[in-house]
Amino acid sequence: MFGRDEKPSHIRLTAVQYVVLGIFLFLAYGLWRLQVSQSEYYSAAAERNRVREVPILAPRGKIIDRYGRTIVDNYTSFTALLMRDSSRNLEADAGLIAQGLHLDPKEVRDKIRHFSALPQYQPIYLKEDITMDEEAFIEAHKSELPELDSIMAYRRLYPRKGFLAHLVGYVGEVSEDMLNQPQFELYSPGDVVGKSGVELEYNQLLMGTNGSRQVVVNSHGKEVGEALEEKPAVPGKPLKLTIDVDLQIAAEEAMEGKNGAIVAMDPHTGEILAMASRPTFDPNNFAIRIGRADWVKLINDPNKPLLNKAIQAQLAPGSTFKILMATAGWQEGIAQNLHVFCTGGAEFYGRRFGCWVKTGHGEVDLTKGIYQSCDVFFYTLAEKLGIDRIAKYATALGIGQKTGIDLPDEVSGVMPSEQWKLRNFRQKWFAGETISVGIGQGAVTVTPVQLIRAISAISMDGRMVVPHVVDPTNLPAGYVEVSRYSQVKSIPIDPNGWNTITDAMSRVVLPGGTAPSAGVPGIDIAGKTGSAQVVSLATRAKHKNDTDLAQNGWFVGFTPRRNPDVIVCTLFEGGEHGKLAARIATQVIKSFVDKQRRQPTNVAKRIGREEVEAGALWTSPGEGGDSEKLNGGRFQVNLAKRALPLATAAPGVN
Amino acid sequence: MARNVSFRDFDWVLVTFVLILCALGVIEIRSATLHTKFAGVHIKQMYWIMGGLGGMLLVSVLNYQMLLEQVHWMYIGAVASLMTVLVFGQKYLGARRWVKLPGGNHFQPSEWVKLILILAVAKYFADLQSRELSWTDFIKAGAIVGVPMLMVLAQPDLGTALTYLPIAIVGLFLGGIRFKQALIIVMLAGLAMPLAWHHLKDYQKQRLVSFMAPDNDPRGAGYHVKQSEIAVGSGGLWGSSSGSQTHLAFLPEPHTDFIFAAFSEEHGFVGALAVLLLYFIVLMRLTQNAQTAPDRAGTFIVMGVVAVLTFHILVNIGMVVGFMPVTGIPLPLMSYGGSSVLFMFLALGMVMNVRMRRFVN
Repeated sequence: MFGRDEKPSHIRLTAVQYVVLGIFLFLAYGLWRLQVSQSEYYSAAAERNRVREVPILAPRGKIIDRYGRTIVDNYTSFTALLMRDSSRNLEADAGLIAQGLHLDPKEVRDKIRHFSALPQYQPIYLKEDITMDEEAFIEAHKSELPELDSIMAYRRLYPRKGFLAHLVGYVGEVSEDMLNQPQFELYSPGDVVGKSGVELEYNQLLMGTNGSRQVVVNSHGKEVGEALEEKPAVPGKPLKLTIDVDLQIAAEEAMEGKNGAIVAMDPHTGEILAMASRPTFDPNNFAIRIGRADWVKLINDPNKPLLNKAIQAQLAPGSTFKILMATAGWQEGIAQNLHVFCTGGAEFYGRRFGCWVKTGHGEVDLTKGIYQSCDVFFYTLAEKLGIDRIAKYATALGIGQKTGIDLPDEVSGVMPSEQWKLRNFRQKWFAGETISVGIGQGAVTVTPVQLIRAISAISMDGRMVVPHVVDPTNLPAGYVEVSRYSQVKSIPIDPNGWNTITDAMSRVVLPGGTAPSAGVPGIDIAGKTGSAQVVSLATRAKHKNDTDLAQNGWFVGFTPRRNPDVIVCTLFEGGEHGKLAARIATQVIKSFVDKQRRQPTNVAKRIGREEVEAGALWTSPGEGGDSEKLNGGRFQVNLAKRALPLATAAPGVN
Repeated sequence: MARNVSFRDFDWVLVTFVLILCALGVIEIRSATLHTKFAGVHIKQMYWIMGGLGGMLLVSVLNYQMLLEQVHWMYIGAVASLMTVLVFGQKYLGARRWVKLPGGNHFQPSEWVKLILILAVAKYFADLQSRELSWTDFIKAGAIVGVPMLMVLAQPDLGTALTYLPIAIVGLFLGGIRFKQALIIVMLAGLAMPLAWHHLKDYQKQRLVSFMAPDNDPRGAGYHVKQSEIAVGSGGLWGSSSGSQTHLAFLPEPHTDFIFAAFSEEHGFVGALAVLLLYFIVLMRLTQNAQTAPDRAGTFIVMGVVAVLTFHILVNIGMVVGFMPVTGIPLPLMSYGGSSVLFMFLALGMVMNVRMRRFVN
């Protein structure tokens, strides 16, 4: 009979008792081992035991440009830290420590309290980059303040004047918020991590692993003898950018004193060759800890210096959007046959829409519509296409979506459609809004990097690249970011269409175009200007002299017009007219071409060596006077030297 | 029924030994924190012990059979509270274990879930109608412990999750698991381990590695063990009067997880062995109570407490003498900490509860 009251087996209960006994004998053996058999060893160890663990900080990886030139490096400095494994009452010493290190005593106390819950072996980092006299203070107070120590640390050295600041980003002490996110789980308080730009995006790669050193200290905190154990730090890996410093200099110089952004990209691969945003900031000020006042000033600056406008400014694209309109119109078979007569404006859905040329463009077809940027032509095209067909092509070209560039906090912009309006405003789309979208106004907003990607795809037979700033070939295998770059999509675009469109674009910087002053003799530049309203025309008229409300200038241009080598996009905030933006962009294009012409040709580069063997046949006068002799030979041709007159160099020619 | 229950039947021997251990704990907490910022916490510990005694009395007068009838509600409550921690818990140093209560207090539900698990396992095995355990019984019993265990693991708190395991093991063992079954389970667990390892994230792997091999831990768990060994070893046979390891603060957390190291340093092998003996007497007294329990459920409750207590002692003292990895599991009755003290006394309350009804049928 087995019931609720039947006890579990007696044998098993006894067995549990024996297991407990076994465990206690095991523990007693552990105590005996330490306290009786090896007691002397441990007593001696306790005497010696003033072991202190001092961290060895790992340097972050360097950041270099596409040719290996250093952009960001480290320099060594000293950091003051507080070891907490001593018996000192830290809070009582805080006053003296603060005085010696020129800190606020309250700040020191707050820090001690803040870190009190951490394990004892983790030191508190008090002050980075201490001065000589602060270091001297620490050395002189070794016996009064044994808990105070200093270690060598590596500090970031960024280019000055905010050169490439937005792309590179800056580092800072890891915040509590970050520590609570799973991807930062292995970081410790006090670690220096990337806070923005590639410093943040590639932090895992750049950040090394700190090592440690176990040293014996005497009762006054002074190190005695050699380190017991040393675990060396593992330095961070270098990061190779796709940026070309030469082109970056040109871009930064072109944008000097202006607000906005500039991006240069290789349309074949999506490699960003230059990227600048204005106004800029000096990340060196962030390398320690930025003062509150400076920080507030940066945050509240209406020109938003911390914003990387190349990926974070979402603004109306203005007339640059007409290139996307033209593509959509061509693909739908409308644009190639569209002819309008521009009288300086036209009426749609009962409202008059003006052209930017008040006197009108007269007879306009697609080509003229592009190079003279006729608004009426594109109003008409927009009406014929309708918003949903425009949205279909613009979305395919990446408008309204993040490009996937390997920089943090990219914004997506907006490509409006009937559905978009219903979802976000619970309103029906008005047909009149389509007309504004036709010239890149209204609800449509883009980032410079989106615009460059879309127009690059149109110039490259529909090849949609993923813009990126880091050279994927040098990243460790399996690094997550790499796979993104190879996701090149192809958008089917009729070759006649993009040929016509890019031909029209090449006339933009020629006389008769919208930006003839931006043209560079000897360079085949195709581009499109744009100027976009910040506020409605009526408001603008009221505040004619308010520069904040000035129109934004845009320009996207590439060279050469077929199979381009480089594409540049400029956003000139408050630039009023696209031609000013165009001058900035073509300056950068010019310096790209100038540099290209000084360098070995692409053929030489692709072969991988500069010397090529070539065979040739030629005739020379024969000995008889009237007969010719046929000669043959093989030559080493040096492709790296451009414009070498090969014919005269050939031997045997008289 | 109540008239049959009397405090004469209270296990005064057990209470005496428990209070001796608590007193030793309080004295050591005072000594270890004397010149630190924690000075004075031994007073707080005394309040916790008094509160614990009150809780013990309260638990012992409730009829445990009545408690067992309601255990499914308590179990649901336990799972819900663990869920609350996972969703609303305060994240502190990378783990979500605490719930903030109004008034600035923190609360760690994973401690008292242990109590409910002891009751739930006892109820489950008491209701079993067969002498030998079938596979379905095994899986059901495993799920009772497994669900909260996985939830605590997700916090992530490997140490506390492991303390649930002995409840299941002792339950299964006394519930009649067959030798063949046990063998198969151990083998399956062995096979599953590499598979589970494969699915872990990198940081989880690193955490497990440092759990298994503290010497490789860059965060210094190895440093803790070394310091603890030196403290214990330097105590020698009779103890070191200066107690330099503890008092010069080389020993980490000498009043919580490493209190036994501090005690061993001050009182030597003789003192440490005496404490071990006290714990052993407490455990033997408990198993005796298990044998005299009025019914099957009573035995399982008491043995559940034995299992948890033994496991805590093994892991904590094992860590102090360098046999076990650093897990952050306190030494019951001696370590400073409200949650731990309350748990022990409430658990003892349940034991008293069973004992006081040993003649009731």
